[in-house]
Amino acid sequence: MGAWSKRLYIFLVYCFFYLPLLAMFLYSFNAAKYTTAWGGFSLKWYAALLRNNGLLDAALNSFLVAVCAASLATLLGGLAAVCLKRYSFPGRRALFIGILLLTVSPDIVMGISFLILFIACSVQLGFLTLLVAHTALCAPFVAVTVLARLEEFDEYLIEAARDLGASEAKALLHVLLPLSAPAVAAGWLLSFTLSMDDVLISTFVTGPSFEVLPVRIYSMVRLGVKPDVNALSAIMFALTLSLVLLAQVITQLRRK
Amino acid sequence: MTTPPILELRGVSKNFGNTLALHNINLEIANGEFLTLLGPSGCGKTTILRILSGFEAPTRGAVFLNGQEITSSPPELRQVNTVFQSYALFPHMSVWDNVAFGLRMQKRPKVEINQRVAEILRRVHLAEYGDRMPRQLSGGQQQRVAIARAIINNPLVLLLDEPFSALDLKLRKQMQFEIKHLQRQIGITFVFVTHDQEEAFAMSDRVVVMNEGTVIQVGSPQEIYEEPESLFVARFVGEINVLEGDIRAARPGGTYQAEVEGVPFILHSRREFAEGETVKVLLRPEDLKVYLEQEKAQQPPFFLGTINETVYKGATVDILRTLDNGKKLQAAEFFNEDDADITYRPGDRVSVTWVEGWEVVLNAEGE
Ligand SMILES: Nc1ncnc2c1ncn2[C@@H]1O[C@H](COP(=O)(O)OP(=O)(O)O)[C@@H](O)[C@H]1O
Ligand SMILES: [Mg+2]
Repeated sequence: MGAWSKRLYIFLVYCFFYLPLLAMFLYSFNAAKYTTAWGGFSLKWYAALLRNNGLLDAALNSFLVAVCAASLATLLGGLAAVCLKRYSFPGRRALFIGILLLTVSPDIVMGISFLILFIACSVQLGFLTLLVAHTALCAPFVAVTVLARLEEFDEYLIEAARDLGASEAKALLHVLLPLSAPAVAAGWLLSFTLSMDDVLISTFVTGPSFEVLPVRIYSMVRLGVKPDVNALSAIMFALTLSLVLLAQVITQLRRK
Repeated sequence: MTTPPILELRGVSKNFGNTLALHNINLEIANGEFLTLLGPSGCGKTTILRILSGFEAPTRGAVFLNGQEITSSPPELRQVNTVFQSYALFPHMSVWDNVAFGLRMQKRPKVEINQRVAEILRRVHLAEYGDRMPRQLSGGQQQRVAIARAIINNPLVLLLDEPFSALDLKLRKQMQFEIKHLQRQIGITFVFVTHDQEEAFAMSDRVVVMNEGTVIQVGSPQEIYEEPESLFVARFVGEINVLEGDIRAARPGGTYQAEVEGVPFILHSRREFAEGETVKVLLRPEDLKVYLEQEKAQQPPFFLGTINETVYKGATVDILRTLDNGKKLQAAEFFNEDDADITYRPGDRVSVTWVEGWEVVLNAEGE
């Protein structure tokens, strides 16, 4: 009896999390135009997606920004983590707290402040502004991830390498980099997903000339959920899920 | 020292902000010597090692290695290697790669690297463990990897910072023996850090006793133990009884007539004392002789007292007793096979004296 109620409880929890996703997934195969009734299995909404050039362009833009922003953020965040771990300098603590603060600061605040900044510098809103904003959004998460990994290791590893004849650069290359690689990879994947599904910041910092997918979807559903949005969301969810799983697998493998 | 020292610290001081970690350290270390820095936690031992290895720069003073000043050369350019307290083995490299790291940094030929790594692993009894990762090794084995990784580079000096602190007692004794043996074999100068006096005595040619950033006394283990120059050293390197005394008269040949805890004794010392000076008389527990009062066979002078407690320690028995004037003393006696039945019970009346000449007499001011 106890075991059964526990199972039921867990089942309900999972339902709470995943039922909406499951519904979206199922309805993306629904032949009916209006999503309330089941009109038989069909792939026509996926086919419709392929014909929707505006949507595909937006998807491509999103992908481009996500890859660039994730790479930049990984570089900056990774370096910040190494600095915080390895060196002591004035303002070290302030930098650390600043980074932590950025990870919890509301997206809408970041979006608005970037918009104000860009307007003040009279920069044309588009790819570049989006890239800058997304890099700033992601870099703190990378820094925190990499820093957590570095904290796991003996603090004298770099000194040991230098003691054995490695220059500072070689010590970083042969010891710090391989050890933090899984966290760097996880940080990149995290950044990619963060950038890929960001609506709020993107709404503020991009213009009509450079449309990204989440913003586009958002404007589509304001007029009612159409089945092609379901199909698109299903694809995006599958993509995100595989990236998150990949990140998990990488960290788990390396930790062993 | 006839040959020039392999390592020399000249007037080295180190400040961390307002903390004075080291104060005017002067030290010469002979080639091939096993030297130990001994002192309580926080006295600056690690800071000295870090200045020798190049991870800290002295605030004042200079460091010389083999006659060359190295005060400000970076760690990778010093022919000095370190065995870290936590071993600091590279967790992503096999034992083999850990040990080969130094030679690879020097870009030695592959053939030479393979041959030297194999040889050094054999020497530390890890020949079969080359493929293992550090986490698959026991604490003692990791320790050996750390040592192998350091000595493969043929350093002029090997630095070891409390290398046994993570090992249990039995393994620690074994590693002490192994390291001492290794040092004799390869002849490299070792600078060893510990806060454990027994470890320091067991391993070293010379011991440097430190306290609060200064060197208090340098000498062989025997000198440090038997002729401490201060109460701090005497107390730090073992149990000791401190008796109050007054010099009554000086006689030729370093002999003094004195009153110790109110009893007239003859004291021997190489130090100069004036008539009427107050002194401290230091006696190790094992230097005290204890007799039951009814034995009465001995000659005066002696103290009279009462047994408080005996503590069984395996090879020895510690005897705690109070003198009639209230002073507490501690003595240690080895078990004697012939009269094992001599036991003291609390309350027994005893007389106490010591082997003449084994006392250390210090000026009362010099704490
Ligand atoms: N990096 C540092 N910053 C500030 N103070 C330090 C630093 N390293 C050591 N100290 C201080 O210097 C003194 C000596 O430390 P240390 O050499 O580690 O002592 P030991 O190894 O003998 O225990 C201590 O008071 C310690 O707090
Ligand atoms: Mg220390």
